[in-house]
Amino acid sequence: MTKTSVPPSAKQSGFNIHRFANPGTFLRFESKIQPWVIAFGILFVSIGIVWGLFFSPADWQQGDSVRIMYIHVPMAILASGGYFGLALCALCSLIWKHPLADLAAEAIGPIGAVITALCLITGSLWGKPMWGTWWVWDARLTSVLVLFFLYLGHITLLHAFDDQQKGYKAAAILALVGVFDLPIIKFSVNWWHTLHQPSTFSITHAPAMSLSMMWPLIFCFIGFALGFIALVCIQLRAAILERQVRHLLLNE
Amino acid sequence: MKRKTKRLWIVLGAMICFALAITLILSAFSNNLVYFKAPSQLINHPTAKGTTIRLGGMVVANSLHYSHHDQTPTAEFKVTDGQAAIEVHYTGILPDLFREGQSVIAIGSLDQNNIFTANEVLAKHDETYMPKEVAEALQKSGKWDPKFGPPPDADTWDHMVKPKQ
Repeated sequence: MTKTSVPPSAKQSGFNIHRFANPGTFLRFESKIQPWVIAFGILFVSIGIVWGLFFSPADWQQGDSVRIMYIHVPMAILASGGYFGLALCALCSLIWKHPLADLAAEAIGPIGAVITALCLITGSLWGKPMWGTWWVWDARLTSVLVLFFLYLGHITLLHAFDDQQKGYKAAAILALVGVFDLPIIKFSVNWWHTLHQPSTFSITHAPAMSLSMMWPLIFCFIGFALGFIALVCIQLRAAILERQVRHLLLNE
Repeated sequence: MKRKTKRLWIVLGAMICFALAITLILSAFSNNLVYFKAPSQLINHPTAKGTTIRLGGMVVANSLHYSHHDQTPTAEFKVTDGQAAIEVHYTGILPDLFREGQSVIAIGSLDQNNIFTANEVLAKHDETYMPKEVAEALQKSGKWDPKFGPPPDADTWDHMVKPKQ
């Protein structure tokens, strides 16, 4: 907390989180890493998808339907992870009034919503052949649907006010309130009986998945995560530049 | 107190209050949040006959057989949670994953004779993913029979599958 008393514009030695609150520093840093993030994202996704769809074994009881996992699981993790990022931005925006935090939240929102929608759609496509139903109102499925609506609500609130600052504030509060949905999603399969199976990966047990399926899944996850980061960074860069252009125009 | 510090405490305080409220709400509605009831729950706390309930559990090994009424086969099987078993009757197409030893959810109602008539059956698959060869090797080694429940822990697969020297 003592660090916050230093104005963000002050020159500082050593690593400090405030360096990234400076749009100029962020833009320079982003332009350096962007090509690498995109390249490695595409590389990992291609390897993971080809490996998962053509070379990994079919499941003993689910057969080839199990391959939906290579899309569904990364989307599910990123949907929650993205929302966690959104909530962190909201925290920075509400308490420290970071100028970048609001723009970052605005960038994450639509991408996160699409990812959550993909998670729900692929899950539904997987559920029909395996469970025998497209959708049930069990705790896991419902809490992820709530997450989707939280993303949509966040996008809507951002643009619901004439005063953009008010919109940022309202959306940040919603993002923070909604963060409680994340533990509910995570533990829903342990707390209540659900149709959705409990998670395959845990800290205490060996993963209940053969390595021949886990490696392509890890590649897919890393690839999609890099893609998510790249999309947010590109969006954020555009938003910063747009804001600078508007600022210049208004000052002339 | 600086304004930033004050805002931090306000946000933290609000978050803690909100977390408490959500915990209380969830624990109060816990009974309604379960998607299905286990056979022992249903027998110990019977609901009014004829109300639609979702019954979940494992299909008991060797309990599945078919009876024929007017050319339509009715699947009859027992569902258990290890403590109690309930007989389920279902006319219709069972999901692909349905088998003895599989967890299933039957949607229907319990009648006077404690027989559960389902109008829908869903198959629940467990969190284990393994190739066919591993499953076959595990069954050949005699360490696991899918009829009697989920496979053993993944970290035991390797030494179970390896032939004994």
